[in-house]
Parts: sequence; C-alpha cells; structure tokens
Amino acid sequence: MSLALKQTAASPVPGKKSGEIDPAAIRKDFPVLDRKFGGKPIVYLDNPATTQKPRAVIEAITRFYETTNANVHRGAYRLAEEATAAYEGAREKVRAFLNAATVEEIIFTRGTTESLNLVAYAWGRANVKSGDEILLTEMEHHSNLVPWQILAKEKGAALKHIPLDPDGVLDLAVAGKLISDRTRLVSVTQVSNVLGTINPVKDIARLAHDAGALICVDGAQSAPHMAVDVRDLDCDFFALSGHKMCAPTGIGALYVRKSVLEKMPPFHGGGDMIRQVFLDHATWNDLPWKFEAGTPDIAGAIGLGAAIDYLRGIGLDRIREHEKTLTAYALRKLGEIPGITLYGPPDPSRRGGVVSFNVDGVHAHDLATIVDRECAVAIRAGHHCAQPLMERLKVAATARAGFYVYNMEADVDRLAEGILKAKEIFKT
Amino acid sequence: MSLEGLYQEIILDHYKTPRNRGKLEKPDIEIFESNPLCGDELCLHAHVNGGTLKDIRFEGKGCSISLASASMMTETLKGRDRAHAQKYINGIKAMMHGEEKLTDEELGDLEALKGVADFPARVKCALLAWTTLEKALNERSAREGM
Repeated sequence: MSLALKQTAASPVPGKKSGEIDPAAIRKDFPVLDRKFGGKPIVYLDNPATTQKPRAVIEAITRFYETTNANVHRGAYRLAEEATAAYEGAREKVRAFLNAATVEEIIFTRGTTESLNLVAYAWGRANVKSGDEILLTEMEHHSNLVPWQILAKEKGAALKHIPLDPDGVLDLAVAGKLISDRTRLVSVTQVSNVLGTINPVKDIARLAHDAGALICVDGAQSAPHMAVDVRDLDCDFFALSGHKMCAPTGIGALYVRKSVLEKMPPFHGGGDMIRQVFLDHATWNDLPWKFEAGTPDIAGAIGLGAAIDYLRGIGLDRIREHEKTLTAYALRKLGEIPGITLYGPPDPSRRGGVVSFNVDGVHAHDLATIVDRECAVAIRAGHHCAQPLMERLKVAATARAGFYVYNMEADVDRLAEGILKAKEIFKT
Repeated sequence: MSLEGLYQEIILDHYKTPRNRGKLEKPDIEIFESNPLCGDELCLHAHVNGGTLKDIRFEGKGCSISLASASMMTETLKGRDRAHAQKYINGIKAMMHGEEKLTDEELGDLEALKGVADFPARVKCALLAWTTLEKALNERSAREGM
C-alpha cells in the first residue's frame, strides 16, 4: 500500500470520520491524475469505462518483466518456477477477493466480456436446448446480452427480460413469474453501468435455483466498488474485469462453481489446456487450466493481483461507503441544475457510484466535450453499450459520471461548473 | 482551438432551428444510418430528378455538431447535382483533416464546421450526414446511375 495512505491511516484528516478514506491522499498513488489540461488537473470520472492505475500496480508489472518474466506451467528452470508461482499467486488473490472456495474455480480471461462469452460458449452450448429460456434484464450491458442472443439463436432457445420500474429498479415480482422450469440460466448485472442500480443478486439467485436454473452475475461494475462474496451470493458464475478495478486492460476473471465447472466442456483449444494430445483427439487439463488455452496474460494477472492487494489495503467496505457519500453529494449537487434529468434510483444506498444524466437542450456529447475543454472533466457520453436500456429510457444517449476511490466532492463541483458552462454556451 | 471555435453561432442556430427537417413522400433516396459508437441516428430522404437532388430532408437524434452538419448539408445541396454533392462530400471530409478543398465562399455556413477538426472525437459527428448521403448516392449509382 502507498505511503500516502499509511499516513492517512495514522493521522486522520480533521473533519473526516475515522474509517473514511481520504481521496486527496489516495490521488497521490495514481500518477496519471497529475496530468493537467489547460492548466487544470484532470478530474477523471469515466471510471465505469476504465479506472486509473496506482503506482503499486504499474510497478508490479514492471517488476515482473524486469525480474521474473518467463512462460508459466512449463519451464523446468527457476525463473519459470517463479513466474508460475507469481501467476498462480494472483489466482489465489482473486479467489480470496471473491471468497471462492478454491482456486480451481477461478479462470483468468481477458475481461468480463470474455468471461461471459466463455459461459455462453462452453456451458451454454452443452446445457441450453431448443425451447429452453435464458432470463436477462432490461438493463444489461451488450456483453451480457449479445452472447446470449447468439446462443439462443443457435439453439432455438428464447430470451426473456426482467423489466425495470420507473426508478430503474428490477421488478422482482415479475422476475418470479418469468422464471419457469424452462429457464436454464438467469444472467444479471450486479450494478448497472448506466443507472447505478444495485440488483438483489442473492434474491435472484434463490429464485433461479428454486426453479432449477443457474445464475450468472456480471460483476464488472460491482467487484471494483464493493465487497463481493460469491458463496454468500450463491451464484454459479461471476465475471469481472481487471481494468475497472485498478488493474491493467486485457485481464479479467471468471468464477464458476466447481460442481458446474467440472461438467463444462472447454472453451478455447490449444496449449496448456490439454493433458494429452493425439492426432485425432485430446484430453483436458485439470481445473482451472482446462479453460486457459495458450500463454495467458501473465503480467496482467500479476497486475490484477497487485490491484486486489491495493483495494483490500484500503478496504472494499470503505470504498463502498466513500462512493455512496459521493454519489449522494452528486445527486444533490447536480440535481440543483435547472433542466437536468438524473437517471436511476434516487436513494444512494440502492446504487453504486454511477450517475447518468441529461440536460435539456444540450446533447450528452456536447456536454462531454464542453466539461472536458472547459473544466478538464472526463465523463462518458453515449449509449454506454446498453442500447436496449437507452430505448427503455427513451433517450438516444446520456452523459455519465462514475466515481472511484480517488474522486472527491470537489470533482463533482467541477463537473457541475462544466455543465453550467455548457448551458451558457447553448443558452438554455 | 477553443470551444468558441466549435460552438459557433451558426452551429447552434442550425441545431436549434434545423432546416429541411422531416421526411418526403415517395423518396427516391431513403437511408438510415447510425454511429455505433455513440448511438447518433440519421435518416435522409431525397427526391432525385435528372441527376439533381430536387429536395432533401433529414431526421435524426444526435448532438449539435451532427444535426447542424446535416441541416447545413441539406441547405447546401438542395437543387444541386450529383457532381456538386460529391465535391462537397469530399471537401467536408478533407476539412476534418485540416485540408482546404473548398473556398470560404463555396463553404458559406459550412465554414463553421472547420473547428471540428480540432476535436477528433467529434469528427464522426460532423461527417455522419455526409457519409450517409455518399453511401446512398453510391448505392443509387450502382443500381441505376444518377
């Protein structure tokens, strides 16, 4: 963990409740946040897309390449043994982070998208038949929608969607009616990347299991921001992306309950995932390597391990509290702007640190350009890879701010200032 | 380049009061395009007679740059022929790379789009109408010549 943070822990900032994190100190761990545009330090609020990387992660990757680099699982020499130990050590960190029962349940992937595609391809093709149903929601990211569309089309299965209420909360009463003995899988995001809604995954898992279906959780927007316990959630699959939680791009993970994974055919074929290969057939490696064909992103996995150390060092519960406080502030502060529409649940305890909004008379793209050029605030504008949800909200696009450990109230103030400037330019 | 260079009065005027907005009865050209990155949507309608764009209308959802660009395009090309349209399509595309293929006189209101070249993320917005029209004209040429 960083020096700045240790100092914070030893001498709490006046006015901060003990246990609260100090984003100003944490910012010092993130070199890119020193960047200035037009003399103003960047206010980075595109965290739902990707987060910045702390020095501890950058250094762990550099250290690996400078001192330990070798391929894993095959070298008979000490350098390769060290690389393998570091790579498998990262897997153990992911296991502990998710409180999975065993490292056999943790598969490294390129990210949430690949994790979900792995489930659709390997589990889906073996378990979904014509006439079966897959239950999703109206708020899914394209990555938890399109793989199931492809599978359903191929198998002649049907997709159903749990609807949203006007606050952007899933209607569980309807969900209960949509689940039937034809449902093979319920796949749902834990936190919406647009609305911020935190979904009651544990309740949905119970509904799914009662009907004999499995449950898959898209954890891209939850795992970085709150403590996740896959055994408490009782989910069968849990997907996450490293780059949304301080790790590098190109690495992610998939948790699969062991009893499910044991029966799954492989995903990609190639080196490392096999036990024996003959000219016309092959046998598979043990779990979890059966699902990791080819040389993996070794440095990425080690970076993910370092990111987990960093986040656990701060504490996921503290991160959650910090984001909840900041989100409440943002909803209040941005809500004061005339002509603004805020999407998602009004209650900050029911949502993650994602705030999507539109301003009358100013398109989201124009907002994003203006808050950047005027105030050096980085926000996202567009459909956020959730076009059906945009359709449901009856908007073409929204602007979106998403918070993380290094954001503070002053960042929200700067965003509000930028929005007012946009209104000035557009004379609304 | 400053924000003022991007959001000139002309752009805001076309955004707030778009010209030639709407649809046409029995259009000879009807095309829908979207920008998959941001979800901007544009629908172009045109009547073509003897190689001339007799009338051209648009509808769409999008930012000020994409809608203003579409509005100005319809004003510029209404009543003009295919060669003229292609000249402007090429000229506006070049303008997005900072190249000057059209004189200021030829550009008229379109000169206001020059500022977009300094905002790489917005170039696609400015070009949506133009590339959509080009696609429609090419498809029409391939089909029956124009």
